[in-house]
Amino acid sequence: MTREEIIQPENLVYKKPTLLNDEPMHYCPGCSHGVVHKLVAEVIEEMGMEEKTIGVSPVGCAVFAYKYIDIDWQEAAHGRAPAVATALKRLMPDRLVFTYQGDGDMACIGTGETIHALNRGENIVIIFINNAIYGMTGGQMAPTTLIGQKTATCPYGRDVKLHGYPLKMTEIAATLAGTCYVTRQTVYSVGAINKAKKAIKKAFQLSMEGKGSSLVEIVSTCNSGWKLTPEKANQWMEENMFPFYPLGDLKDNSTKE
Amino acid sequence: MAEQEVTLMKGNEAIAHAAIRCGADGYFGYPITPQSEVLETLAEQKPWETTGMMVVQAESELASINMVYGGAAAGKKVFTSSSSPGISLMQEGISYIAAGELPALIVNVMRGGPGLGTIQPSQSDYFQACKGGGHGDYHLIVLAPASVQEMADFVDLGWTLAFKHKNPCMILADGVIGQMMEKVVLPPFKPRRTDEEIEAECGSWATTGRKHKHNKNNIVTTLELRSEEMEVVNQRLQAKYRMLEETEVRYEAYNCEGADYLITAFGSAARIAKKAIEVAAQEGIKVGLLRPITLWPFPTKIIHELSKNVKGILSVEFNAGQMVEDVRMAAAPGVPVEHFGRLGGIIPSPDEVIEALKKKIIK
Repeated sequence: MTREEIIQPENLVYKKPTLLNDEPMHYCPGCSHGVVHKLVAEVIEEMGMEEKTIGVSPVGCAVFAYKYIDIDWQEAAHGRAPAVATALKRLMPDRLVFTYQGDGDMACIGTGETIHALNRGENIVIIFINNAIYGMTGGQMAPTTLIGQKTATCPYGRDVKLHGYPLKMTEIAATLAGTCYVTRQTVYSVGAINKAKKAIKKAFQLSMEGKGSSLVEIVSTCNSGWKLTPEKANQWMEENMFPFYPLGDLKDNSTKE
Repeated sequence: MAEQEVTLMKGNEAIAHAAIRCGADGYFGYPITPQSEVLETLAEQKPWETTGMMVVQAESELASINMVYGGAAAGKKVFTSSSSPGISLMQEGISYIAAGELPALIVNVMRGGPGLGTIQPSQSDYFQACKGGGHGDYHLIVLAPASVQEMADFVDLGWTLAFKHKNPCMILADGVIGQMMEKVVLPPFKPRRTDEEIEAECGSWATTGRKHKHNKNNIVTTLELRSEEMEVVNQRLQAKYRMLEETEVRYEAYNCEGADYLITAFGSAARIAKKAIEVAAQEGIKVGLLRPITLWPFPTKIIHELSKNVKGILSVEFNAGQMVEDVRMAAAPGVPVEHFGRLGGIIPSPDEVIEALKKKIIK
């Protein structure tokens, strides 16, 4: 068989989602963002929402998310994405509206907007990338930085006496009456990627059904910020992040009326 | 033509009623004295059941302005209202809206500052509204109503200018205009624009999530890391501001013909100045009033022309002397320009204005 004979639609087992364009991503090799971007693009396509979706990008590493997925995007100020998304969804209830935010954006400077948008039960989805560090600004301490974890602004390790405790925003979100589906996933293995994709799809679908707010946390690596190889970063995440940020659904009201 | 219905209401209430009638899509706000009647009136009117207009009480002014940023980016007719401290909190978002060249309406019913200050009326946010307020080189179009009627009229005017120039517009009212009741004729009902109409008007840039005519996705961002590109963005903004200075200046000239002296004042200060001018006329002192309606773009040229024929100018403001700086820049060389104002929420009487005119200008 020639190469041309093999490349036929009936033989297709995997392809890059059409929404994901060819712009070279600025993310570091080994970073989780690229995988999550792909999942978001795949889910939007599978739902047939390519021309009915508005993404709200954050300030942080994903600030340029709008360059890679060909949907309408609005770039929010640092932490304000849930407020921007609130207006978009309220004014256009038949559109799919999601925010894509990191831990500094969503769990620190934007805690007010996050909690209130979720608690109002806005029919939006927050994709929350938690890599326990500020990646874009060069590896400073995040609200989710683990106790003892070293960063540029806690070079001797996070000390609770100096820096307080890591914040579990997803656990907080699960206590809010306005949230419908709250889950914590990761994308470090094929199995995990499949689960994360299902979670994103479920959250997107619930928002279109008007069931309230959903939050999908993705526990992620930042090998550059953590100063580890991509492989070691995955290992460090498994050993340190997962015990403190356990994976799985924290709340699922999807079947409730 | 049907007879116009005259009603009696507060300036803040007029803003709310006018917005519903102008086909507003959304209001996002947070309570603060002395402007809370805007949100209260909207909540009482329940426009979501009639026109479909959305009304959201946000968790903070920070959230409200970012909701406005979201709605404006989608090409919707959205607005927020607040008073001085709340407007300070919104400045980051206002800078984003200006940088994103989005059509939004922001109402500031000013109270006295600085800090938490007072809930009494003031005009001390002139600098903030007209000289930038937030970070970066940008301008708002700033309208200064001097009556409840103008509160109602400037809602439609504000949105018209905002959409025409893709620029945020601020109605800079003082607490007097917001709180006082006057006769008003509300604007006629205009239906909200349909999705198709919004797409036709704003489809080249708005994040409506629809298939756009240009067959590409729309992105609203204010980020540009390449300095050469960012300079181009700034040059485009500056060209727009120069054009606005040429085309959108609005003012009211009162009694200026043959006047020996000129008062400049905006908002309710202009109302007091008019009374002072009437009283002064009885004493044989001929005083004119130039009331800027657009505080930005500022009516520089007309003030320059009028200044050539007067012996001096008094800028009457409820602040420590803010607009007077622009009046001085506008006035012909050698024409004395002085400021008179009361602070802390005190409204000067017409007699005080005449006294200040005599002391500072006539001498």
